[in-house]
Amino acid sequence: MSDLLIEGRTGKWEIVLGLEVHAQVISKAKLFSGAAADFGAEPNAQVSPVDAGFPGMLPVLNRHCVEQAVKTGLGLEAEINLVSVFDRKNYFYADLPQGYQISQFGRPIVGKGKIRLDMPDGSTRLVGITRLHLEQDAGKSLHDQHPSLSYIDLNRSGVALMEIVSEPDMRSGEEAGAYLKKLRSILRYLETCDGNMEEGSMRCDVNVSVRRPGADLGTRCEIKNVNSIRFVMQAIEFEARRQVDLLEEGGTIRQETRLFDSGRGVTRTMRSKEEAHDYRYFPDPDLLPLVLDRGFVEALAAGLPELPDAKKARFIADYKLSPYDAGVLVAEKTVAAFFEAVARGRDAKFAANWVTGDLFGALNKRGLGIEASPVSAAMLGALVDLIADNTISGKIAKDVFAEMVETGRSPGAIVEAKGLRQVTDTGAIEAAIDAVLAAQAEKVAEYRSGKDKLFGFFVGQVMKATAGKANPGLLNDLLRQKLAG
Amino acid sequence: MAELTELSLADARDGLRQRAFSAVELAEAHLAAMEKARHLNAFITETPEKALGQAHASDARRAQGDAGALEGLPIAIKDLFCTKNILTTAGSHILDGFKPPYESTVTAKLWQAGAVCLGKVNLDEFAMGSSNMTSYWGPVVNPWSRPGENRQLVPGGSSGGSAAAVAARLALAAIGTDTGGSIRQPAGFCGIVGVKPTYGRCSRWGIVAFASSLDQAGPMTRSVRDAALMLSVMSGHDPQDSTSAPLAVPDFEAALTGDVRGLRIGIPREYRVPDMPAEIDLLWQRGIDWLKAAGAEPVEISLKMTKYALPTYYIIAPAEASANLARYDGVRFGLRVPGATLDEMYEKTRAEGFGAEVKRRVLIGTYVLSAGYYDAYYLKAQRIRTLIARDFDEAFERVDAILTPTAPSAAFAIGEKMDDPLAMYLNDVFTVPVNLAGLPGISVPAGLSEEGLPLGLQVIGRAFDEATMLRIAGVLETAAAFTARPAPAGKGD
Repeated sequence: MSDLLIEGRTGKWEIVLGLEVHAQVISKAKLFSGAAADFGAEPNAQVSPVDAGFPGMLPVLNRHCVEQAVKTGLGLEAEINLVSVFDRKNYFYADLPQGYQISQFGRPIVGKGKIRLDMPDGSTRLVGITRLHLEQDAGKSLHDQHPSLSYIDLNRSGVALMEIVSEPDMRSGEEAGAYLKKLRSILRYLETCDGNMEEGSMRCDVNVSVRRPGADLGTRCEIKNVNSIRFVMQAIEFEARRQVDLLEEGGTIRQETRLFDSGRGVTRTMRSKEEAHDYRYFPDPDLLPLVLDRGFVEALAAGLPELPDAKKARFIADYKLSPYDAGVLVAEKTVAAFFEAVARGRDAKFAANWVTGDLFGALNKRGLGIEASPVSAAMLGALVDLIADNTISGKIAKDVFAEMVETGRSPGAIVEAKGLRQVTDTGAIEAAIDAVLAAQAEKVAEYRSGKDKLFGFFVGQVMKATAGKANPGLLNDLLRQKLAG
Repeated sequence: MAELTELSLADARDGLRQRAFSAVELAEAHLAAMEKARHLNAFITETPEKALGQAHASDARRAQGDAGALEGLPIAIKDLFCTKNILTTAGSHILDGFKPPYESTVTAKLWQAGAVCLGKVNLDEFAMGSSNMTSYWGPVVNPWSRPGENRQLVPGGSSGGSAAAVAARLALAAIGTDTGGSIRQPAGFCGIVGVKPTYGRCSRWGIVAFASSLDQAGPMTRSVRDAALMLSVMSGHDPQDSTSAPLAVPDFEAALTGDVRGLRIGIPREYRVPDMPAEIDLLWQRGIDWLKAAGAEPVEISLKMTKYALPTYYIIAPAEASANLARYDGVRFGLRVPGATLDEMYEKTRAEGFGAEVKRRVLIGTYVLSAGYYDAYYLKAQRIRTLIARDFDEAFERVDAILTPTAPSAAFAIGEKMDDPLAMYLNDVFTVPVNLAGLPGISVPAGLSEEGLPLGLQVIGRAFDEATMLRIAGVLETAAAFTARPAPAGKGD
């Protein structure tokens, strides 16, 4: 823990972090209307009169969104509240058509849960989830379309969001990053949110405070709408240092909302506590309390997919992978599935090395996701098989893999076409050794007089003579016998 | 043939069935009456083309042997219901030029049943008022006046235009909405029948919202049978309104058997409010006697939270209204008064677009929901609302329906009570508890005041038992034999 403390002029400080994540629910329609919720449509093309706050329009809760929220709650090992209430959160803004946002204030659909962070050193840390509630998104104001007017796009208005609030359990930017990665991983496994921070389908507000180790919680500042994991970590670093510097100069922290300027890497005051809205929450009379049947929740629980933690434990137990490798492989469901397809019936550790090593390397270099991999799991498996049955050596396999990435051809075809099949014919290898030893009589004499190091030289010469195709094990054995005379 | 505008809805239906006249003739008669009665200011928008178009189509349907429950019957629509491509104002300036791209569920059901739309009738702004004085479109004049006096009277509110149009024979029936008495009180003031159904009986979809947990649509007619006929068409579950009840709709007309023998009628002790005019008390007693004579049994009951109903209502309704009216911001529809900043545009638009009563209620509502006041006002009011509903629940363990006066007075003059909002709010003292409890209520004209103005009696039913309530109202109607009527339209010019 002590390495998480930050050093000030006057001593050590501890950072305390809590995150509020807005995760857009994967759903064809909006939370309270039938309008489409796709990303990237023409402005105001996906707006029903309900989303535009027209007179007399009423919200009707989308059942699918409720299922998604419950599934997410179950994935966060959280209490599901069988009775929850939708409230109106009142404020005026041009992109908030009703003049209120329908949210859940006093009685959210999901209560306390937890999430396990996978830290880079292979350790895990537990972070509490305070709650998850459903709410509708606002529209979007475009301020750069006209010199004096703002344009409003209501496509997003009414889209379902899950607000997921953590306990103030994190102590470093790294932990906050790990939290977001793990949360995103769980959401993607559940297919309840695509977790795409660039498109805004996952947005993060960070609550930051600092304190002396063991002291009471300090005053917190909320940094709004940070839109990448890297920016979250940067914002925390800046904000914590700002607070420490201020406190060490004898200042006090004002509770306020701040914005992160990603261009300059700083946070700036947005509004102080005094300027904060009075949202005048009250139960939305257009919606009855949401009452869930226990059977409904149980059916969703029964249908949950294997989640990252369970998969990781299984990979460690069944495939004997290290916690680190297992953590890397389960982070994305698609990667885990790819790995399992390669590992099935093969040496799992070996398969893991190929996936996390050469494959990830090739994908990163090309900026591709696993879905777009030029090498399929079946082909990578075939390559592993060629190594295992001594058709090719591990070294030749690297070349074959590079060729597979380039051409998309199968490893078998590449090996055949290029004549890369390993030489396992004892006679042929013996002949090559004999030729090398005959040509290097002097070196043979030196070796026999005790210069053992020359063994490698002979191996190299024989490999060269066989164009690298000699089976390395066979070659070693035969060479040793011949040199021994 | 008798004047077509004098017919009841049921008689006009029968006349159309017998081909005694056509839907077009019926519509034309009412359009002519409307023209003669413009001084009443009952209509905000007359829709003669739509009416005649619908009437022609109706006659054509009937010729094909295809007639709905309200086939060819011309009615008026409170201008709080959104009507597709027809100006919908809510009696407010802020909805300037607003023509909804959709049709409310209730009006859609009416057109589906063959009804003919005469136009959109006047109302208190956003249905906030008991006199129709708060309309941006000016007050509605009650077709009734005190004999020998030419002072114009209010029709009550907020469905004042609906009540005046039906009483003045400008429409065979009208629909209104009732949040705290807005159907029953004007029905009482204008000598007609008005029904507020159980909360959830009629869809609220497409009705400009005032207070969502209280608003209900209902019919306003010249007879209980007509009300039953209208209600059967207007009711029913609507998946677009989460608060509408997924219940089957009975044939309300069939419920009017005239037989109330053995029914127990609750008479709430607490409704004998201080300063209630003796004539109201007398009328109430007469109602009790009529029902007793018909074989029902009056039972004294206690609704002990009654005195808290008005203050509770005037917290909950404005609280909901303050949020419901936030959407009138000048951004997307209706009035926009430009400003240098967004906030300035809001301020100017809402300052100019809303009238004084609406502003008062938005302010009250905002206040009672504010941090530090929520618990003391809104939360407490919700708790009392629960207790008020419990009062009724307990009463309905002992009785089948409850009989009360509709309002503590007859219609008052235009301009009266305007400087005293609290006196105005007292108009709804007998009707408001019914909305808070979500129960059905009906006002039936039962007699004339000493001044010669109509007075109504209210029957309150069990939740979703409009049938029994209508049956009792029918018996009261028969016993009261209320035949008085306002002077024919046009007389006032």
